[in-house]
Amino acid sequence: MATVELRFSALPEHVRTARLVAAAVARRAGVDEAVLDEVRLAVGEACTRAVGLHQAAGITAPVRVALVEEEKQFSIEVGDEAPRTVPTAADGQPLPEDPEAEGEDEMGLAVISGLVDDVEVSSSESGGLIRMSWPTTS
Amino acid sequence: MDLSLSTRTVGDRTVVEVGGEIDVYTAPKLREQLVELVNDGSFHLVVDMERVDFLDSTGLGVLVGGLKRVRAHEGSLRLVCNQERILKIFRITGLTKVFPIHTSVEEAVAATD
Repeated sequence: MATVELRFSALPEHVRTARLVAAAVARRAGVDEAVLDEVRLAVGEACTRAVGLHQAAGITAPVRVALVEEEKQFSIEVGDEAPRTVPTAADGQPLPEDPEAEGEDEMGLAVISGLVDDVEVSSSESGGLIRMSWPTTS
Repeated sequence: MDLSLSTRTVGDRTVVEVGGEIDVYTAPKLREQLVELVNDGSFHLVVDMERVDFLDSTGLGVLVGGLKRVRAHEGSLRLVCNQERILKIFRITGLTKVFPIHTSVEEAVAATD
């Protein structure tokens, strides 16, 4: 099992780098050329979502991407460290929701689930993880 | 690869030609451009996406935002796109029902319904 790991500061300009690295490793792993566009888009969506969550929560830790070459499949894990609890302001009042940001987050997940057959989304108090995998030919 | 934007007027339509990658980093530039056009009174927009190499949900969000803005002025926002990989993103998100998508700028400019 060969792995390439990428950690990047939660900044929008690094999402493109993550897409390029993921596509390069996927190609090397034997993911079909026709599917590489989907890999690129899916990993971009997952990273965009993670960057948004880190920025919204003021988290300075990097976003983690693991590109894992397994037997007959290639997996990508995108992890964030944004806790999934109800966000509250300092006075204990719930923070007002940003409806536009919320919609974009959902659209990102909609794109991922529309693109990738094998996808798991999990979250806990320590953060979230999106795991996606594709079959490989070699 | 960055985002390139240029605008031109064809009759009562404003054509926005977009090139490059529309993602979380570059989408704010497209948003600014669309907002600026609407603020300047251009309510009938044609967004030409033939030279777009990459589009993600952030870009879709900006286009939906643009549509909301022009509709507030009884305007229109039409897309020009023939690229299968870009069209696929509109299909899986159901946005083909929201945007009129044309095969050429000429067709989009001539469209009235």
